[in-house]
Amino acid sequence: MSIRILYFARLREEMGIAQEMFEPPAAVSDVKSLRAQLAARGGASAVALAPGKAVRCSVNQDIARENTPVKAGDEIAFFPPVTGG
Amino acid sequence: MAVRVQREDFDIGAEIAAFRRADPGIGAIASFIGLVRDLNEGDAVAGMTLEHYPGMTEKALAGIVAEAKGRWDIIDALVIHRVGELKPLDQIVLVVVTGAHRGAAFAACEFIMDYLKTQAPFWKKEQTAQGARWVEARASDDQAAERWSGSQSK
Repeated sequence: MSIRILYFARLREEMGIAQEMFEPPAAVSDVKSLRAQLAARGGASAVALAPGKAVRCSVNQDIARENTPVKAGDEIAFFPPVTGG
Repeated sequence: MAVRVQREDFDIGAEIAAFRRADPGIGAIASFIGLVRDLNEGDAVAGMTLEHYPGMTEKALAGIVAEAKGRWDIIDALVIHRVGELKPLDQIVLVVVTGAHRGAAFAACEFIMDYLKTQAPFWKKEQTAQGARWVEARASDDQAAERWSGSQSK
Protein backbone atom coordinates (compact mmCIF):
# COMPACT_ATOMS: atom_id res chain seq x y z
CA MET A 1 0.00 0.00 0.00
CA SER A 2 1.21 3.49 -0.75
CA ILE A 3 1.21 6.89 0.97
CA ARG A 4 -0.80 9.80 -0.40
CA ILE A 5 1.28 12.99 -0.30
CA LEU A 6 -0.12 16.49 -0.77
CA TYR A 7 1.79 19.72 -1.38
CA PHE A 8 0.53 23.23 -0.71
CA ALA A 9 1.45 26.83 -1.54
CA ARG A 10 5.14 27.36 -2.39
CA LEU A 11 5.88 23.64 -2.11
CA ARG A 12 3.11 22.81 -4.58
CA GLU A 13 4.64 25.26 -7.05
CA GLU A 14 8.19 24.01 -6.49
CA MET A 15 7.14 20.36 -6.84
CA GLY A 16 5.03 21.14 -9.89
CA ILE A 17 2.29 18.82 -8.54
CA ALA A 18 -0.44 19.11 -5.90
CA GLN A 19 -0.32 15.45 -4.88
CA GLU A 20 1.22 12.07 -5.59
CA MET A 21 1.13 8.45 -4.45
CA PHE A 22 4.46 7.26 -3.06
CA GLU A 23 5.56 3.69 -2.46
CA PRO A 24 7.62 4.03 0.70
CA PRO A 25 10.80 1.98 1.00
CA ALA A 26 11.22 0.05 4.25
CA ALA A 27 13.47 2.83 5.56
CA VAL A 28 10.48 5.17 5.91
CA SER A 29 9.11 5.11 9.45
CA ASP A 30 8.46 8.75 10.30
CA VAL A 31 8.13 12.23 8.78
CA LYS A 32 11.89 12.83 8.83
CA SER A 33 12.74 9.64 6.93
CA LEU A 34 9.86 10.15 4.48
CA ARG A 35 11.07 13.67 3.65
CA ALA A 36 14.61 12.39 3.19
CA GLN A 37 13.48 9.61 0.83
CA LEU A 38 11.38 12.02 -1.24
CA ALA A 39 14.24 14.52 -1.50
CA ALA A 40 16.66 11.72 -2.47
CA ARG A 41 14.74 11.30 -5.74
CA GLY A 42 16.43 14.50 -6.92
CA GLY A 43 14.95 17.12 -9.24
CA ALA A 44 12.13 19.25 -7.92
CA SER A 45 11.81 17.05 -4.79
CA ALA A 46 15.43 17.71 -3.83
CA VAL A 47 14.91 21.47 -4.15
CA ALA A 48 11.49 21.76 -2.47
CA LEU A 49 12.32 19.44 0.45
CA ALA A 50 16.01 20.30 0.85
CA PRO A 51 17.33 20.04 4.41
CA GLY A 52 17.26 23.39 6.15
CA LYS A 53 14.24 24.70 4.25
CA ALA A 54 11.30 25.72 6.42
CA VAL A 55 8.89 22.86 5.64
CA ARG A 56 5.96 21.89 7.85
CA CYS A 57 4.15 18.58 7.72
CA SER A 58 0.83 17.05 8.71
CA VAL A 59 -0.10 13.39 9.12
CA ASN A 60 -3.77 12.56 8.57
CA GLN A 61 -4.60 16.28 8.80
CA ASP A 62 -2.92 16.86 12.18
CA ILE A 63 0.23 18.97 12.54
CA ALA A 64 3.18 16.58 12.75
CA ARG A 65 6.76 16.66 13.97
CA GLU A 66 9.87 15.05 12.49
CA ASN A 67 9.42 11.96 14.66
CA THR A 68 5.68 11.50 13.97
CA PRO A 69 5.19 7.93 12.66
CA VAL A 70 4.22 7.44 9.02
CA LYS A 71 2.63 4.26 7.67
CA ALA A 72 1.00 2.98 4.51
CA GLY A 73 -2.45 4.42 3.93
CA ASP A 74 -1.68 7.74 5.67
CA GLU A 75 -2.40 11.15 4.14
CA ILE A 76 0.74 13.26 4.47
CA ALA A 77 1.06 16.93 3.51
CA PHE A 78 4.14 19.12 3.19
CA PHE A 79 3.79 22.90 3.19
CA PRO A 80 5.52 26.16 4.22
CA PRO A 81 4.87 27.80 7.61
CA VAL A 82 1.24 28.99 7.59
CA THR A 83 0.27 32.63 6.96
CA GLY A 84 -3.51 32.90 7.39
CA GLY A 85 -5.56 35.30 9.49
CA MET B 1 -19.18 25.93 17.98
CA ALA B 2 -19.12 26.99 14.37
CA VAL B 3 -16.23 27.03 11.92
CA ARG B 4 -16.58 28.04 8.29
CA VAL B 5 -14.16 28.37 5.39
CA GLN B 6 -15.72 30.20 2.46
CA ARG B 7 -15.02 32.29 -0.63
CA GLU B 8 -17.91 34.69 0.02
CA ASP B 9 -17.74 37.83 2.16
CA PHE B 10 -19.50 37.85 5.54
CA ASP B 11 -21.82 40.35 7.23
CA ILE B 12 -20.55 40.96 10.77
CA GLY B 13 -23.88 42.19 12.12
CA ALA B 14 -25.83 39.29 10.67
CA GLU B 15 -23.26 36.72 11.82
CA ILE B 16 -23.22 38.02 15.40
CA ALA B 17 -27.00 38.28 15.57
CA ALA B 18 -27.38 34.70 14.34
CA PHE B 19 -24.66 33.43 16.67
CA ARG B 20 -26.26 35.04 19.78
CA ARG B 21 -29.54 33.27 19.08
CA ALA B 22 -31.18 35.64 21.60
CA ASP B 23 -29.41 33.83 24.48
CA PRO B 24 -29.97 36.02 27.57
CA GLY B 25 -27.08 34.26 29.32
CA ILE B 26 -24.63 36.11 27.06
CA GLY B 27 -23.32 39.23 28.75
CA ALA B 28 -20.32 39.86 26.53
CA ILE B 29 -19.33 39.39 22.91
CA ALA B 30 -15.74 39.91 21.80
CA SER B 31 -14.97 39.95 18.09
CA PHE B 32 -11.99 40.33 15.77
CA ILE B 33 -12.02 41.10 12.06
CA GLY B 34 -8.86 40.70 9.97
CA LEU B 35 -8.61 42.79 6.79
CA VAL B 36 -6.48 42.93 3.64
CA ARG B 37 -4.05 45.87 3.77
CA ASP B 38 -2.66 47.64 0.71
CA LEU B 39 0.93 47.59 2.01
CA ASN B 40 3.20 44.75 3.17
CA GLU B 41 6.97 44.72 3.73
CA GLY B 42 7.11 48.19 2.18
CA ASP B 43 5.47 47.21 -1.10
CA ALA B 44 2.05 48.15 -2.45
CA VAL B 45 -0.25 45.11 -2.51
CA ALA B 46 -2.84 44.99 -5.29
CA GLY B 47 -4.51 41.81 -4.07
CA MET B 48 -3.91 38.36 -2.69
CA THR B 49 -4.88 34.74 -3.11
CA LEU B 50 -5.61 32.68 -0.01
CA GLU B 51 -4.93 28.96 -0.36
CA HIS B 52 -5.88 26.34 2.25
CA TYR B 53 -5.87 22.62 2.95
CA PRO B 54 -9.54 21.53 2.71
CA GLY B 55 -10.44 19.19 5.52
CA MET B 56 -7.43 19.91 7.69
CA THR B 57 -8.34 23.60 7.87
CA GLU B 58 -11.75 22.89 9.39
CA LYS B 59 -10.23 20.28 11.72
CA ALA B 60 -7.52 22.69 12.90
CA LEU B 61 -9.97 25.55 13.50
CA ALA B 62 -12.37 23.28 15.40
CA GLY B 63 -9.44 22.10 17.52
CA ILE B 64 -8.41 25.68 18.33
CA VAL B 65 -11.97 26.62 19.34
CA ALA B 66 -12.22 23.48 21.50
CA GLU B 67 -8.94 24.41 23.18
CA ALA B 68 -10.25 27.93 23.89
CA LYS B 69 -13.45 26.53 25.38
CA GLY B 70 -11.37 24.29 27.61
CA ARG B 71 -9.19 27.14 28.83
CA TRP B 72 -11.75 29.89 29.43
CA ASP B 73 -15.26 30.08 30.76
CA ILE B 74 -16.89 31.16 27.50
CA ILE B 75 -20.23 30.17 26.02
CA ASP B 76 -19.26 29.62 22.39
CA ALA B 77 -17.01 30.76 19.55
CA LEU B 78 -17.44 31.33 15.82
CA VAL B 79 -14.64 31.43 13.26
CA ILE B 80 -15.15 32.36 9.60
CA HIS B 81 -12.12 32.48 7.29
CA ARG B 82 -12.22 33.40 3.62
CA VAL B 83 -10.18 31.81 0.82
CA GLY B 84 -9.64 32.64 -2.85
CA GLU B 85 -9.05 36.04 -4.43
CA LEU B 86 -9.11 39.04 -2.07
CA LYS B 87 -8.20 42.70 -2.45
CA PRO B 88 -7.32 45.57 -0.11
CA LEU B 89 -10.23 46.57 2.20
CA ASP B 90 -11.70 43.03 2.00
CA GLN B 91 -12.50 41.12 5.17
CA ILE B 92 -10.41 37.96 5.64
CA VAL B 93 -11.31 36.49 9.00
CA LEU B 94 -13.96 36.86 11.72
CA VAL B 95 -13.73 35.53 15.27
CA VAL B 96 -16.69 35.97 17.62
CA VAL B 97 -16.64 34.78 21.23
CA THR B 98 -19.66 34.87 23.51
CA GLY B 99 -19.51 34.66 27.29
CA ALA B 100 -21.12 35.78 30.50
CA HIS B 101 -18.35 38.32 31.12
CA ARG B 102 -15.87 40.24 29.00
CA GLY B 103 -12.58 39.02 30.47
CA ALA B 104 -12.82 35.46 29.24
CA ALA B 105 -14.35 36.57 25.92
CA PHE B 106 -11.49 39.01 25.18
CA ALA B 107 -8.80 36.48 26.13
CA ALA B 108 -10.33 33.60 24.20
CA CYS B 109 -10.78 35.77 21.09
CA GLU B 110 -7.11 36.79 21.14
CA PHE B 111 -6.00 33.21 21.81
CA ILE B 112 -8.03 31.88 18.86
CA MET B 113 -6.44 34.43 16.50
CA ASP B 114 -2.91 33.80 17.77
CA TYR B 115 -3.30 30.04 17.31
CA LEU B 116 -5.06 30.40 13.95
CA LYS B 117 -2.08 32.44 12.70
CA THR B 118 0.39 29.67 13.51
CA GLN B 119 -1.62 26.42 13.33
CA ALA B 120 -4.35 26.67 10.70
CA PRO B 121 -3.23 25.68 7.16
CA PHE B 122 -3.78 28.89 5.18
CA TRP B 123 -1.23 30.54 2.90
CA LYS B 124 -1.30 34.03 1.36
CA LYS B 125 0.18 34.90 -2.00
CA GLU B 126 0.16 38.62 -2.66
CA GLN B 127 0.35 40.53 -5.91
CA THR B 128 2.77 43.47 -5.99
CA ALA B 129 4.27 45.61 -8.75
CA GLN B 130 7.26 43.21 -8.70
CA GLY B 131 4.98 40.22 -9.31
CA ALA B 132 3.30 37.63 -7.09
CA ARG B 133 5.06 36.41 -3.92
CA TRP B 134 4.23 34.09 -1.04
CA VAL B 135 3.87 35.89 2.28
CA GLU B 136 6.54 34.79 4.77
CA ALA B 137 5.54 33.61 8.24
CA ARG B 138 6.51 36.08 10.98
CA ALA B 139 8.50 35.24 14.10
CA SER B 140 6.25 37.69 15.98
CA ASP B 141 3.25 35.44 15.24
CA ASP B 142 5.06 32.44 16.75
CA GLN B 143 5.90 34.54 19.80
CA ALA B 144 2.28 35.67 20.12
CA ALA B 145 1.08 32.05 20.11
CA GLU B 146 3.91 30.94 22.42
CA ARG B 147 2.85 33.25 25.23
CA TRP B 148 -0.35 31.22 25.74
CA SER B 149 1.50 27.97 26.37
CA GLY B 150 1.12 26.90 29.95
CA SER B 151 -1.45 29.59 30.76
CA GLN B 152 -4.56 28.18 32.36
CA SER B 153 -7.13 30.86 32.98
CA LYS B 154 -10.26 28.85 33.70
